[in-house]
Amino acid sequence: MIPEIGQFALSLALAVALAQSILPLVGAARGIPGWIALARPAAQVQFALLALAFVCLTYAFVTNDFSVAYVAMHSNSTLPLVYRMASVWGGHRGSMLLWTLLLGAWMVAVTLFSAHLPEEMVARVLGVMGIVSAGFLAFIVFTSDPFARLFPVPPNGQDLNPLLQDPGMVVHPPMLYMGYVGFSVAFAFAIAALLSGRLDAAWARWSRPWTLAAWMFLTLGIALGSAWSYYVLGWGGWWFWDPVENASFMPWLAGTALIHSLAVTEKRGSFRSWTVLLAICAFALSLLGTFLVRSGILTSVHAFAVDPRRGVFILILFAALVGSSLLLFAVRTARIGLGGSFAVVSRESSLLANNVLLSVAAASVLLGTLYPLALDALGAGKISVGPPYFDAVFVPLMAPAVFLMGVGPLARWKRASLPELAVLLRWALAVSVLCGALLPLLLGRWSPLIGLGLALAAWVVASSVVTLRDRVRHAGSAAGAWARLRSTPRSWYGMMIAHLGIAVFIAGVTVVKGYETQKDVRMQAGDTVELSGYTFRLIGVSKVQGPNYTATQAQMQITRHGRTVTTLYPQRRVYTVQHMPTINAAIDEGLMRHLYVTLGDPLNATTWVVRVQYKPLVSWIWLGCLVMALGGLLSATDRRYRVAATMRRAASSEVAVTQAGAAR
Amino acid sequence: MSAAALPRMRYVWIVGVFAALVVMLALGLRLDPSKVPSPLIGKEAPRFELPRLQEPRKTFSDKEMLGKVWLLNVWASWCVSCRDEHPVLVEYAKREDVPIYGLDYKDKRADALAWLRDFGDPYRLSAFDADGRVGINFGVYGVPETYLIDKRGIIRYKRIGPVTPELMDRKIVPMMRELARE
Repeated sequence: MIPEIGQFALSLALAVALAQSILPLVGAARGIPGWIALARPAAQVQFALLALAFVCLTYAFVTNDFSVAYVAMHSNSTLPLVYRMASVWGGHRGSMLLWTLLLGAWMVAVTLFSAHLPEEMVARVLGVMGIVSAGFLAFIVFTSDPFARLFPVPPNGQDLNPLLQDPGMVVHPPMLYMGYVGFSVAFAFAIAALLSGRLDAAWARWSRPWTLAAWMFLTLGIALGSAWSYYVLGWGGWWFWDPVENASFMPWLAGTALIHSLAVTEKRGSFRSWTVLLAICAFALSLLGTFLVRSGILTSVHAFAVDPRRGVFILILFAALVGSSLLLFAVRTARIGLGGSFAVVSRESSLLANNVLLSVAAASVLLGTLYPLALDALGAGKISVGPPYFDAVFVPLMAPAVFLMGVGPLARWKRASLPELAVLLRWALAVSVLCGALLPLLLGRWSPLIGLGLALAAWVVASSVVTLRDRVRHAGSAAGAWARLRSTPRSWYGMMIAHLGIAVFIAGVTVVKGYETQKDVRMQAGDTVELSGYTFRLIGVSKVQGPNYTATQAQMQITRHGRTVTTLYPQRRVYTVQHMPTINAAIDEGLMRHLYVTLGDPLNATTWVVRVQYKPLVSWIWLGCLVMALGGLLSATDRRYRVAATMRRAASSEVAVTQAGAAR
Repeated sequence: MSAAALPRMRYVWIVGVFAALVVMLALGLRLDPSKVPSPLIGKEAPRFELPRLQEPRKTFSDKEMLGKVWLLNVWASWCVSCRDEHPVLVEYAKREDVPIYGLDYKDKRADALAWLRDFGDPYRLSAFDADGRVGINFGVYGVPETYLIDKRGIIRYKRIGPVTPELMDRKIVPMMRELARE
């Protein structure tokens, strides 16, 4: 009974989404107030229906209702409760439901925080999101019904893929999807602006907090995915340039470019067509990511939820949504002015250069991801594009981008003076060059890439210090300086913190790539191996019984200079339902280094292959992402966006509309 | 064309690029990503001369095998699937008409010798490809791989992944018999 309620709720949600995608848009075009006013309630009802469907599916998982085919495929009665709930998005159908649920959540957020917007704008934005939602709901209802029943009812389910039975996997998909789907808001604002023909600073200001919020979620989602592959796949890798990782990275790059482009459009009115194109691209790349993962068009370690027949549907949806937006863009951008002019050396030009670099980076990831597919489609054979390509392309693109990150915040709008910038930044430059030249020697080995990486990380930090000092330069007294810092908008601190996050990230990547060490050895109980000053002693190997797996567990004592550091218990598990072996590495975590022990294959009854790894600063990679996300959060919650939002409570919506109009 | 209409055409190319992308994805949907064909089938096997695993002073070259139909099995002591495949090879190696030669790929000599000692040695001999050069020439995609090479030194069949008894009985051994008659 409960699954049928869910099914019905989904169909109703589709009907509401269709109404939401037609009436408000037509209403806004023709000026029919009643139809315009429908947008908000429609979005809220749709979300309520989606939430009901989601709760019904969760209920089926919690109660082990194996008469629902999707539950039978992805759960098992021995699966712990938290993983049964996470199994809702452990497969294709449920993850699509999660996708639309989150889209609904973003729509409701738009209805709540849009009181300061003109009503037709809200109607258009929600109408565009309604179209996206209707497309995906049709996809679910017609090709991927999560509530489909199964006869005869199996006695038990096939279990969740053991690799997904991990806390990181519980939160990774929701975060990633929040990011993917969140770009639909910026996309909807861009389309709404194109439709209305008003692509101005107000539009940029309205889009910014939404874009920042989506970007923050995407950053966290990607970091969680990377941490998951590090902790769960068992070999200590944290990024593989896997097609599905790339699929999440491309919208991130486009989104990063979009954030910066929006800033220029808001402050100076420049780059409008560029900004709108980036908004379309960021969401198009999110859709492409969904398509690549859901269609199974590329082989990948992530192909957990693949069905080629559905690919056609998503491709048509993708083509229709993005194709029509680009067509609209091509037709309408003629009407958009270019905005304020600027000199070759200015904040605009440095942001433009950074935007171009980020876009080229996104395009080269797209090329590397799709090139094998293109060759195959042309019948030119199978190839794979791996890390060497991406490393070769990325370093030369990102190095100047990071350099400009230090210059941009100091450069003046419109026209900056190169000598003045040079004077301001000479110390920062000297510090970073010194860091690049000397730090690697202290750490043990100098190479050009390590030097470059550490110099860039130091550059970001040093130039941030200079920027902070420049902010209070003319304050006179300490109290004056404090007052200036207090009056500085929160979004500025958000930017600085996000940039520092990049520095932490670069330092982590550089040091772990430059100085990580590993050894593969055969060990018997009592054997020891030395690595980077640590002694690993295998105490013994024993059998362990888990809730839904059996494991072989090694006990590994780690000492340094004779003192015990820790004892680790790496495992090899066999999950009883799917008979799938997994390697569960044991990690001693620290801020400065990880010790990573993997129990490999048995060579005979008493001898094992063991891999030990020393990974300096590896946690900085994810710490950097966390700091970046924090920066995004601070910027997204800046006062000037909140003031506009709280005005809703103080004043009637007409007043708010006038305010927004005046601000323009 | 009026001046106002001109800039309209400026961004149409983006739509064109996107259309090309969609066409490519549509073509891609019809392909099977897990199928890996070998460009080497029907071509001469790459030339090589490598030290032997057991007797490092002696070498083994593909030239010595001209006039014979043989299997070249790429293996390594670090390879997990090789362990699954190994009993099958040991079984078929007992037969006179299935000569199996090994290519020990990116391995350490001591590990490889220990591995053969522990699990049995199905190979008439193994060539030792420490740096993996020869393996790369063969286009080794994943270990284990097995190549069927005819009397003229031409690769006639290739298997990526472990061979199974069914595959040996149905495909490889009949092919070898046929080729031996040529």
